[in-house]
Amino acid sequence: MLSIRHLDAFYGRAHILRDVTLEVARGEVLVLLGRNGAGKSTTMKAIMGLVRPAPGASVRFDGTEIAGRAPHEIARMGLGYVPEDRRIFTDLTVMENLEVGRQPARDGLEPWTPERLFAIFPNLARMRDRPGGRMSGGEQQMLTIARTLMGNPRLVLLDEPSEGLAPVIVQQMAEAIAAVKAAGLTIVLSEQNLHFARRVADRAAIIEKGIVRWTGTLAALDAEPDIKAQYLSV
Amino acid sequence: MDFILIQFLTGLSNASALFLIASGLTVIFGVTRIVNFAHGSFYMLGAYLTWTITRALWDWGGREPLLFVLAILFAALAVGALGALIEIVLLRRIYRAPELFQLLATFGVVLIIQDIALAVWGPEDLPLPRPPWLRRFVEIAGSRFPQYDLILILVGPAVLAALWFLFQRTRFGILVRAATQDREMVAALGVDQRILFTGVFFLGSALAGLGGAIVLPSQSAFLQMDLAIIAEAFVVVVVGGLGSVPGAFLASLLIAEVQAFGIVLVPKATLVLVFLVMAGVLIVRPYGLLGRPQAHARAATGTVEPVIRPAPAILGWAGAVALALAAAAPFFAGPYAVTVLVELAVFVLFAASLHLMMGPGGIVSFGHAAYFGLGAYGAALGLRFLAVPMEAGLVLAPLLAGLFGLVFGWFAVRLSGVYLAMLTLAFAQIVWAAAFQWVEFTGGDNGILGVWPSDWARGKAAYLWLAIVLCIGATLLLRRMIHAPFGYALRAARDSELRAEAIGLDAVRIRLGAFVIAALGAGLAGGVYAYGKGSVFPTYISIPKSIDALLMVLLGGVQTVSGPIVGALAYHTLFLTVLQAFAWWRLVLGLAIVLLVLAFPQGIAGFVRQRYERARGIEGA
Ligand SMILES: Nc1ncnc2c1ncn2[C@@H]1O[C@H](COP(=O)(O)OP(=O)(O)OP(=O)(O)O)[C@@H](O)[C@H]1O
Ligand SMILES: [Mg+2]
Repeated sequence: MLSIRHLDAFYGRAHILRDVTLEVARGEVLVLLGRNGAGKSTTMKAIMGLVRPAPGASVRFDGTEIAGRAPHEIARMGLGYVPEDRRIFTDLTVMENLEVGRQPARDGLEPWTPERLFAIFPNLARMRDRPGGRMSGGEQQMLTIARTLMGNPRLVLLDEPSEGLAPVIVQQMAEAIAAVKAAGLTIVLSEQNLHFARRVADRAAIIEKGIVRWTGTLAALDAEPDIKAQYLSV
Repeated sequence: MDFILIQFLTGLSNASALFLIASGLTVIFGVTRIVNFAHGSFYMLGAYLTWTITRALWDWGGREPLLFVLAILFAALAVGALGALIEIVLLRRIYRAPELFQLLATFGVVLIIQDIALAVWGPEDLPLPRPPWLRRFVEIAGSRFPQYDLILILVGPAVLAALWFLFQRTRFGILVRAATQDREMVAALGVDQRILFTGVFFLGSALAGLGGAIVLPSQSAFLQMDLAIIAEAFVVVVVGGLGSVPGAFLASLLIAEVQAFGIVLVPKATLVLVFLVMAGVLIVRPYGLLGRPQAHARAATGTVEPVIRPAPAILGWAGAVALALAAAAPFFAGPYAVTVLVELAVFVLFAASLHLMMGPGGIVSFGHAAYFGLGAYGAALGLRFLAVPMEAGLVLAPLLAGLFGLVFGWFAVRLSGVYLAMLTLAFAQIVWAAAFQWVEFTGGDNGILGVWPSDWARGKAAYLWLAIVLCIGATLLLRRMIHAPFGYALRAARDSELRAEAIGLDAVRIRLGAFVIAALGAGLAGGVYAYGKGSVFPTYISIPKSIDALLMVLLGGVQTVSGPIVGALAYHTLFLTVLQAFAWWRLVLGLAIVLLVLAFPQGIAGFVRQRYERARGIEGA
């Protein structure tokens, strides 16, 4: 569904991603693992066109080349992006935040409505008219995911959805991700929390210094303590 | 009592037009982060187009109120469309350019529209014929109040309500509000920002056009409307809080009422009153009534401004030779050349003083002509009222400018970016208006004549030498300052306020110091200019003069020591030789500015640096 080849990316002159190559199959949950500063967020930004992939990179989404396209075009093709810093519109209410994310329905997927999202994120239902700036971190995290789902994406990029959340909320988040997967979406998420990754993901890719070091199932990863010790902070 | 009520109503009706213009400016800024200088031009076009369309419709269907309303709407839509067009053709390409370039580009548009308006509508003021229904009065508390003005009072609140509905209840409005906070996130959610931005420009420009349209019956359409209103709109937007529509509404009420009562109570000092109100608001609320602190504009990682290096020795020698030639000019060149050399010396100092703020200080003033003009008026007023000789006048000139620099700078240096630009421009416009309005004191438009030098300096050669000693001497002093501890402190404050403060530098004080020194320099230049010309006029303080200074500095390169000197010489020579040859020099200059910004959105110096780095990169590979 998403096929990334030879992806390099720069911030100014700093070479951040080197030859990243990844395959994501329809309906699976792939987790990007790696330490702080490994390049997980940058990979997602490069896929979304928020960081320009260097010439020679190929990012194919459902067979269409998207490398070099504008972010809004990529989003409209069915790629959803949930940034790690949430980026809620603080002046806008919950309902208005959802409205910003709204895009037309897509063939083959049941369109998301606020009501359907509130079923997955019950907390949000109680604060429809509250400005985003007056919500807790966990509530904001739910709202960013709901907002992105309003665009009816076929694949979502979730950047560290569990970061900084209380254990109860992490639990809700894992359930929400399962619900989104059950709705037929493909998910790429980044994590540092291996425990959380194990609960939600099918497959993992380990990134270190902008290079993909290892890919495989989570069960396979558990069988390789060396890899874990070398690239993850466990 | 009745008088108070009538003045109050007058204020309310003036507030409406002011609000339309300011809200358009603020909405455009909120989303695109561009301060659109050409906004005043859209206001002017609104008035002119309404004049043309109304007359055409009235010729066809009689002088009906309905046709007038129709004409207003047509004019507003046409201006909106023009704004959208300018956004698509010009501004869309420079959203990532430095603020200074964006402002300059829109100023280029101002110049172009000025000449187009002149070509289409001619230099005369164009009043709208007033059919009986436009001349009707209503009786209020025993006084007569124009019915049309009474209707205008309702326009402001009506537009406020409409904007509220648009921004709170429509998808377009919600997207605009979201984009005001985080454009990139809006794009990542699948919204095409280009359509949003063009839409916002259409809306904002149409509001400006509407503002110009509704004042036509009471003001007539004329060519200076654009810059007059833009400064006022800046004041309103700064007082209300950049980006806040309700803030613009409150501020336009406040300013319009201050003007309405000021005109009766202190007729000659209305603008001083406006200034005091603005100052009061900014002291209590630095970001305006309903404004919020701007996210501190941080340079992208890795784009630290280059260090200003001393000029290479060869340039110093060339300068010395040029200076010697200039000083010897009276022996071999004609009187015209000598006059031009005096002007060149003056403009070198004028540009160098601005450069001290802009280069090492990072303070981009859009009103530097204020201090030039204050210097000139300081000399002239000293002569007129105190009969001081030239020697004292040339001391008075920088002192007066420096004093105002201290007052205005106190407010300005706390701000950055567009806020700073708008405030410095508004200050300059207040000084200009005082020189223009206060006829008894300043001679108004006629200026002050007979500002001649003392006997010993009256000869052409003697005055040239005096100008060279003062202006070039002061310029060299300013150059030296850049490489003195003060200059280093100033650069430290520019590059990182926090870091500067961590090593014990008071960034605000240092910037204020630079502001005052720059004002002193510009004031001296103005004084020398005044005695050289023998007269002073309000045009010395006008916005175009401030822009001249900016262009001089930019032409030479902001981050070079010799930049302002080379820039001033090049610009003034270009002006005398090329521009004056064109009847439509504004159009030519405007187009040149726009094309330059389009070709080098990172500035000429940035372009050269980029080329240089790329060349080096290829070598390294
Ligand atoms: N805006 C930026 N400008 C310059 N360098 C950046 C920028 N953002 C990230 N980097 C650098 O790029 C590298 C990769 O960062 P990235 O954010 O992709 O890491 P990450 O794997 O998401 O880390 P984390 O787990 O901390 O979120 C880091 O070395 C970081 O310092
Ligand atoms: Mg990250």
